Amino acid sequence: MDIPDNLRYSSEHEWLAPAGKTAKVGITGYAAEHIGDIVFVELPKIGSEVTAGSSFGVIEAVKSVSELFAPVSGKVVAINERVAKEPELVSADPYGAGWLIEVELSNDGEMSALKDSAGYRDLLATLPE
Amino acid sequence: MSAPNEFAARHVGPRGDDVASMLEVLGYQSLDSFIDAVVPESVRMRRPLALPPGRGENAVIATMRELTDQNEVFRSYLGLGYSNCDVPAVIKRNILENPGWYTAYTPYQAEIAQGRLEALLNFQTMVSDLTALPVANSSLLDEGTAAAEAMAMTMAVAKHMGEGTPVYLVDSACHPQTIAVVATRAVARGIEVRVDDPANFDFGEGVAGCLVQYPATDGAVRDYAPLCARAHEAGALVTVATDLLALALLAPPGEWGADVAVGNSQRFGVPLGYGGPHAAFFATKDEYKRHIPGRIIGVSRDAEGNPALRMALQTREQHIRRDKATSNVCTAQVLLAVMASMYAVYHGPEGIRTIATRVHRRTVQLARGLRALGCQIEHEHFFDTICVLVGAARQRQIMDEAASRRINLRALGRDRIVVALDETVRERDVSEVVACFANPQQTIPALVDQRSIAPHSIIPDVLVRESEYLTHPVFARHRSETEMLRYMRGLEAKDLSLTAAMIPLGSCTMKLNATTEMLPVSWPKLAGIHPFAPRSQTTGYLELFHRLEADLCEITGFAAVSLQPNAGSQGEFAGLLTIQAYHRSRGDDHRDVCLIPVSAHGTNPASAVMAGMRVVVVSSDAKGNIDVEDLRAKANAHAEQLAALMVTYPSTHGVFEGSIREICDIVHQHGGQVYMDGANMNAQVGLCSPGDLGADVCHLNLHKTFCIPHGGGGPGMGPIGVAAHLAPFLPDHPLVPLGHARAEGTVSAAPWGSASILPISWIYIQLMGAEGLTYATKIAILSANYIAKRLSGEYDLLYSGTHGLVAHECILDTRPFKQSAGVDVEDIAKRLIDYGFHPPTVSFPVPGTLMVEPTESESKEELDRFVDALLAIRGEIREVEIGVTSREDNVLRRAPHTLAQVVADDWDRPYSRERAAFPAPGLRVRKVWPTVARIDNMYGDRNLVCSCPPVEAYE
Repeated sequence: MDIPDNLRYSSEHEWLAPAGKTAKVGITGYAAEHIGDIVFVELPKIGSEVTAGSSFGVIEAVKSVSELFAPVSGKVVAINERVAKEPELVSADPYGAGWLIEVELSNDGEMSALKDSAGYRDLLATLPE
Repeated sequence: MSAPNEFAARHVGPRGDDVASMLEVLGYQSLDSFIDAVVPESVRMRRPLALPPGRGENAVIATMRELTDQNEVFRSYLGLGYSNCDVPAVIKRNILENPGWYTAYTPYQAEIAQGRLEALLNFQTMVSDLTALPVANSSLLDEGTAAAEAMAMTMAVAKHMGEGTPVYLVDSACHPQTIAVVATRAVARGIEVRVDDPANFDFGEGVAGCLVQYPATDGAVRDYAPLCARAHEAGALVTVATDLLALALLAPPGEWGADVAVGNSQRFGVPLGYGGPHAAFFATKDEYKRHIPGRIIGVSRDAEGNPALRMALQTREQHIRRDKATSNVCTAQVLLAVMASMYAVYHGPEGIRTIATRVHRRTVQLARGLRALGCQIEHEHFFDTICVLVGAARQRQIMDEAASRRINLRALGRDRIVVALDETVRERDVSEVVACFANPQQTIPALVDQRSIAPHSIIPDVLVRESEYLTHPVFARHRSETEMLRYMRGLEAKDLSLTAAMIPLGSCTMKLNATTEMLPVSWPKLAGIHPFAPRSQTTGYLELFHRLEADLCEITGFAAVSLQPNAGSQGEFAGLLTIQAYHRSRGDDHRDVCLIPVSAHGTNPASAVMAGMRVVVVSSDAKGNIDVEDLRAKANAHAEQLAALMVTYPSTHGVFEGSIREICDIVHQHGGQVYMDGANMNAQVGLCSPGDLGADVCHLNLHKTFCIPHGGGGPGMGPIGVAAHLAPFLPDHPLVPLGHARAEGTVSAAPWGSASILPISWIYIQLMGAEGLTYATKIAILSANYIAKRLSGEYDLLYSGTHGLVAHECILDTRPFKQSAGVDVEDIAKRLIDYGFHPPTVSFPVPGTLMVEPTESESKEELDRFVDALLAIRGEIREVEIGVTSREDNVLRRAPHTLAQVVADDWDRPYSRERAAFPAPGLRVRKVWPTVARIDNMYGDRNLVCSCPPVEAYE
């Protein structure tokens, strides 16, 4: 399972890629694989606020609906418009072209609550295949 | 071991000697010893049902005729969303009265459901065209619940609501029953409803949206474009309750800014039926399409790349979203939506416009006639309904005069009378209505010549419809009766109904819908009555309700029944509201926790959330039973807040759990009430009863256990039975008071739900009698166990109860084949279509499994044919397992096979055409062909198209 070392991870299977004051957010390869064939991604509006641990959107697959939980709090400064038209990108390239939103962090402290790649790998080891 | 009476022998499939040989396979000497082994002694009722013995079909029909003759059909001008209409005879006979349409189930298996899916797509296209909103669903239960669903969707999508209590504004000129249903739903969700004149609507802080009626309940036609602009500026949504026939002449809501349109399609050729069933509609803008409640038919493609229809966005269904769902709607009103769509196909756009124009002109004639008498017409602009100011003194006299002429008018307030016209009104009817308003001294004026009335003379210029509708060729091609007949028959032939083969859908109960039970549905004295006709005209109906309620009380062990809920999901909502009202009456306002087993049907948590409860999940043990210790711990932990437990019995896993009494006791000890989901009541009738087991409320799916056909995905009926302490809290109705002193509100638009199909259940009970009903239950259980036994060794049975036996259904664990052969449950289901069967329930309640429910009505021969098919499929899986056949390209993975595929000149598959199409004996002479190959669900959900595609797409 691909778990890039340069990212931070939540236990809800979202990743965060910090870049200065903002960070991109997406779902992990593990999540993408378990959700299955993704048909629709509902993302928040640019300018809206998200709160760590709260739902910021929805991913629909043929057989399930999953909430997206924000790993950090902040203002949404960008969303991945391509994913709205090609939701399969999330499955095909979850860490790259399948990113979801970019957030301007409002609380740097929240970052430290997230796992590094080793910590996330440990979490996955406790979960069923 | 034979059936106890003549009709029971018709209703039940296996003959006496079949029963003996099925028992032998299972190793039991008698039916009673077998039932004793299945149903734990601790849950048995051990007393016969106190119902009369079954009677013959002719005798029961004669009694039904006597009851029905007590009804009186007056000329109705009551309106309120229900209108008389001319049901085209070709549609009545070939759809409403045709088991090929009414015995089909919800189109879960699209490859053998393209006929009704096409009819439903026509319905969506018709609704979308007439409302000018691009996305419509395939129907909802009634106008009131559609409006309540619109409010729920508004809450989910509205922006800038701010903090605090959300507010929803409702036009005081909406139909009163709509306001009542919306308000009931709002209170449960903590939404404040403000009923007012739309001119006073204030879209301030916390206001999510509003509901207006167009034309209004008193007939007024108003321009709401400025209201929409104000609402949108504030970030609020506008829902319009409207009338499809009016929209043939009036500017449609989508063109003046409405976000949602809802209403009743009944006047498009569906009988009044004293309240239903009818198909409500729901249409909205493209941006909200993924929030639409209910079922949506979408266009996708099949494995060959051909266009193919199927239910879209199934993930939105509550069985996936559970307590995250914003709606608990399951059932639609498919049969009625199909009828309404066929009315549009039959009349076409000019025909619909002609009808609308005629109705409007007659209304103008009436208004002028009344003005000539000196009456004052309240609103300047109207379509088919006028409000006459008569004064308090005259109101009673006019109503009496009308009654003496066998005419029903609507008294509004103390000084007005509302008259609503419809397509059946002739000129002499208009004269007679005018006469009702005349003083004894007045001469009745001659009516103006309707040809002199402009087509939309009384509609303001800005609200005259300019745009076209029903432009798709389907609404032009079938206008001769020959073409119409062939179109409907052609669609019917694409679908698998009970007329072709068994439909062994677990938890769905597709038993016989006997012809005798169905006969009264279209009798004029049942079909032709307005839901709000005075009770003095409906004594036959009232007596029928009374008798049916008494029978259902006896069967369920309860003290009272409400016939109002229109579907099982609505029964759940009504039952939970009743429980909450009871708690509040005792000062227990804080009780809001609802315990729900993890195995529950997904509507349970969705209904609990809608009723304003918090869901706490109770786990199952390894055998799939409710974990009693976990239940005890959670009841303890939430003792102060415990409101209810929702429990299905027998369980959704198809097992009679011996612990059910203990479970009910634990909940009661902690102050909670027990809500029993009656989806599986067909395994209880005569053997045990919810009331006796300790439940306080139970809904009954009359369309399952009591023989109402499912109409291809609706109608349903979900009445609730309650113990005596809950009876005062049952739902009431604003226009037809039901005497429930402490009602929590109104859950359906009509007081007794879909009244015209209640005779089906009553007749079934009379025909079967106490012994017949109990015998049916026993044979349903026997048939399920017979199937499970014959499949044992080849398929793993996932759950069973005592002695390794199941209740009335069994779950086959097909998950191991994914590993062993790369075959998943979908492949097996689709392959069963090649064998001529409707597949069982797929992936409910356990993902990756099949749940089989045969019912008592299938003969042993049909059960064996089905088992043989599953065994043959197991052989096909084995060929893959041992490497004889490829894992990727085999007869399972590529199923189902269409006629076009197997006769094509190219055939490049590693199995023969014969094997693909005729894998079992008998299929050459009897087989329903799938008309499309395997459908690509993902493609359809990614590229959502919900109205008829251009014809070229099919060529």
